[in-house]
Amino acid sequence: MKKDRQIIEVRGLARQFGGVRAVAGIDFEVCEGEVFGFLGPNGAGKTTTINILTGLARADKGEVRIAGIDCAANPKAAQRLMGIVPDESNLWPELNGFENLSFCGALYGMRGREREKRADELLDMFGLGDAAKRKFGGYSKGMKRKLTIAAAIIHRPQVLFLDEPTTGIDVASARQIRLLLKDLNDSGTTIFLTTHYIEEAERLCERVAFIVGGKIVRVDTIENLVRDVQKQRVIQLTLSRSGNTAAGSDSCGLEELPGLLRVAFPGIEFESITGSALRALSMKALPLAPLIRFLEEREMDVTEAKIIRPSLEEVFVNITGVALEQMRKEKEQGKAKGGKA
Amino acid sequence: MKTWIAFWNILKKDMRNYYLKPPNISWGIIFPLAWTLMFFIKSGSGFGDVRSILPGIVAMSVLFGTTSMLAVVITFEKKMRSYERLLLAPIPLEVLMLAKTSGAVLIGIANGFVPVIMAAFIVDLSDVAWGEMTAAVTLISVSSTFLGLFVAVSVSEVFEAQTFSNFFRFPMVFLCGLFFPIAALPIILQPLSYILPLTYGADVLHGAINQAAQKPPGLNLAILAGFCIIFFGVSIRNVQRKWIY
Repeated sequence: MKKDRQIIEVRGLARQFGGVRAVAGIDFEVCEGEVFGFLGPNGAGKTTTINILTGLARADKGEVRIAGIDCAANPKAAQRLMGIVPDESNLWPELNGFENLSFCGALYGMRGREREKRADELLDMFGLGDAAKRKFGGYSKGMKRKLTIAAAIIHRPQVLFLDEPTTGIDVASARQIRLLLKDLNDSGTTIFLTTHYIEEAERLCERVAFIVGGKIVRVDTIENLVRDVQKQRVIQLTLSRSGNTAAGSDSCGLEELPGLLRVAFPGIEFESITGSALRALSMKALPLAPLIRFLEEREMDVTEAKIIRPSLEEVFVNITGVALEQMRKEKEQGKAKGGKA
Repeated sequence: MKTWIAFWNILKKDMRNYYLKPPNISWGIIFPLAWTLMFFIKSGSGFGDVRSILPGIVAMSVLFGTTSMLAVVITFEKKMRSYERLLLAPIPLEVLMLAKTSGAVLIGIANGFVPVIMAAFIVDLSDVAWGEMTAAVTLISVSSTFLGLFVAVSVSEVFEAQTFSNFFRFPMVFLCGLFFPIAALPIILQPLSYILPLTYGADVLHGAINQAAQKPPGLNLAILAGFCIIFFGVSIRNVQRKWIY
């Protein structure tokens, strides 16, 4: 049964806000038991799509079916099958962890004993047993996120929608959440995930769809997507400005380097990764010694050189043309300000 | 059955977390007491006047008790985005909105009877038409709550909810015939009185407490019920239009 039946079917979905086309006629389907990633740069239409799928927004055109139920005609029947984790932890701050879970169970019609038992079970599963009687408002970001996920699965949904589940939380909590999601999927829950942590999608998802400017540009398995870029050779160089500036040296800023390097080394692609790192990408062997010499002549010391195994991140950058680091910063700044990026 | 489990739990949560908090309980007691004392001091006619001002105090207690709390509760939950969670639950929108407003309705009714209980210690209320009065207090509470809902759906900040509520509440108190007869108002303001729900509730209260109604209670209550349906319908339409965007 698993992975034979389509549990989410989206056909020709479109939505416009004023003159802005947020979602422009997208089609995709997700199979039962699958972990499906929905990736794209900020403002690509991910949250609008997830909101339409879950019933919080309306489509101008198109059709969404969850387990065969037409979401426009019967949104409440479809919502009974869904668990939803929004991009912000939005439980009730004045209720404690146990009360929040029990209340969310009640919203799905679970009776008292049944939902209390399930709340206890989830608090233990998410490692929040000790915080059960503490108010949600006093939880750390990681704890809030875990309880929000627990609240979304209290009624044992068939499909779990997660919008940026690990953004803005500590590494240990994010890792724990990923393990919990893997377990949930192993127990049969279909997962629809949007994230801007590409390595998270690579680790969790079987298939991903890339959405750019409201359009789906590619849907494929991780294996197929990565296969193309793995033929590429990638070296990452960490640079620091040289202390001994020689007279007459051809010094330049890091931001100018990719352009200069492309001219000096035709056929090799260069891109800045962070403020001090640079990546060289080529389908042929990379001339490392001339490259280092070229940088040293421009007062840049190469403090580290490492071979990068091309991953989904390269696929994302190639497809969307967006620098991931920049996208992450924008998203996290947006969250810190309490706004939606 | 599942829907009613959700309804009951939303109501229970709101009562416990918002409405039955000490500031609201003390407001429910102090507000009518303060207004009663103010009228005594102003009129200087002692306790004999309690019956004449009782309809006004009852109506104001209900109006202020319901509109202020509900608008704040809903705007607060909307701002915290916990309201999204309710909208995403498999409950019909009408049931959800009824669950969210029931707490305010109950608190409004309780607030309305606080001045009546206080008055019972001072004057004889044995000839009050209790059935009419209970129906009036209930429908004033429902219509005021739905007015608060209309306000809550129209704004996005808590302070806007308070400001917008006052825009409706204060003119309503002076135009509905509670303290000044409608006939005594300037002719240009009189039509305004008849588009306010409180006018009809106040008339039933005048009739029930002082046998001084202008219209039959059945007609007043039917018009009040009509206001309730209109406010609720408009609010539901606004939620569908603005919050399920």
